[in-house]
Amino acid sequence: MSDGYSEKVMDHFANPRNVGEIKDADGIGKVGNPVCGDLMWIYIKVKDNRLEDVKFKTFGCGAAIATSSMITELAKGKTLEEGLKISRGDVAEALDGLPPVKMHCSNLAADGLHAAIKDYLEKTGKKLP
Amino acid sequence: MDHSATTATDPAVLEAMLPYFSEKYGNPSSLYTIGRQARKAIEEARQKVADLIGAKKEEIIFTGSGTESDNLAIKGSALRNRKKGDHIITSSIEHHAVLNTCKYLEKNGFKVTYLPVSKEGIVNPDDLEKAINSQTILITIMHANNEIGSIQPVEEIGRIAKEKEIIFHTDAVQTAGKIPVNVDTLGVSMLSISAHKIYGPKGVAALYMRKGTGIEPQLHGGGHERNLRSSTENVPGIVGFGKACELAKEHLPQESNLAALRDSLIRGVLKIEDSYLNGHPIERLPNNANFRFSYIEGESMILNLDMKGVAASTGSACSSTSLEPSHVLMAIGLRPEEAHGSLRLTLGRENTQEDIDYILSVLPDIVNKLRMMSPLAR
Repeated sequence: MSDGYSEKVMDHFANPRNVGEIKDADGIGKVGNPVCGDLMWIYIKVKDNRLEDVKFKTFGCGAAIATSSMITELAKGKTLEEGLKISRGDVAEALDGLPPVKMHCSNLAADGLHAAIKDYLEKTGKKLP
Repeated sequence: MDHSATTATDPAVLEAMLPYFSEKYGNPSSLYTIGRQARKAIEEARQKVADLIGAKKEEIIFTGSGTESDNLAIKGSALRNRKKGDHIITSSIEHHAVLNTCKYLEKNGFKVTYLPVSKEGIVNPDDLEKAINSQTILITIMHANNEIGSIQPVEEIGRIAKEKEIIFHTDAVQTAGKIPVNVDTLGVSMLSISAHKIYGPKGVAALYMRKGTGIEPQLHGGGHERNLRSSTENVPGIVGFGKACELAKEHLPQESNLAALRDSLIRGVLKIEDSYLNGHPIERLPNNANFRFSYIEGESMILNLDMKGVAASTGSACSSTSLEPSHVLMAIGLRPEEAHGSLRLTLGRENTQEDIDYILSVLPDIVNKLRMMSPLAR
């Protein structure tokens, strides 16, 4: 349901930040399922254990697009450890909340970021300190 | 552009209603002057509703909504005929008012057959004939679908029902006032129509019930509406409904002109790459266009259109509380991800070619913007 979207959700939906793919991404997190109506791909670029760049591509509703946009803003510049600590709740809170029905289906962006960081760690064989 | 959801009350309808909120506030059951005034107004409205669908005045029962009319028709006749049989036939693309009522009866011991539809969204009368058995007591199949606009072969179904002597109900909420609806031509025993879809007020509707059709009331009380729907009559609403039916009858020739606007919309939208029409190209409501766009999701289309001042709807799960994609789009064989990308635009009396041109000027950019964002796009 679109009613109950906060102004922040609508802002991130209408003007999404950091849309697109990173061609030489260090990690990619793919979460969701088009059958359910939400699919998110989060791309990260890592430098000195920090998330230097974060971008996304998302198929989904207003909440799916807004949470994707928000996670890129929350994650940029953070260390990998800090990135892994960003929760679904943090994303929803940063957007001034999400309608209850969207909390479990479209609020996947934190999972996407975590998946991208794990992908990077697996690819490089690095371990978090 | 969402006229199948609801319509604005016609100013003439509102004007007809207003006195019944103020100086003519009487209860139609009262014997003194203002009561009698209200009774007279209701009976005049009943005649107007009957005239729109070619019925007799005494065959009209006023209710509170299209949903209530469907419930009364289905539960009322199922309960009345329980001793004769326990089998009901409906289609897989009915409105939830019918579908969920049938499911409720299923939970309570009735057997229900949900007929499939073609990929254009149309029931095959042969399937109906095959589904009928000695226990079949009711057929309920909609006149036209609310999402994809496909018009059902109701006349043929009516003939079959008559031949087999089975009660036949149709939900004509989407067709009344848009295409000719005549209870005799259609061969129905019962038919539901609603005021707010035809420029009347919300909260009032009717069930047509052919003389001799027996049903059990669902609201028991003071015996209003020939003991079939107890409740003090919604006098202003009923008066407004009557006026709306009168106007709908006058407007009917113009309503079919909407088909030309609709086709102009369809032609324009289908120029967008990877876009498709849902429903039947010809056997569809003159005001209904339903599309799907690959790689993008409906709710995000609706929100973008809303920002451009266009109201529309979608069958995507993401726009509903159920989190399931539309049962209609699934029944016509779409995959869930295709159903999520659907967009319904439904035209009304005040729409013009300029409105169509405007949509066609904003929609391609919206689709492109969302596809740029989508990991599914090529």
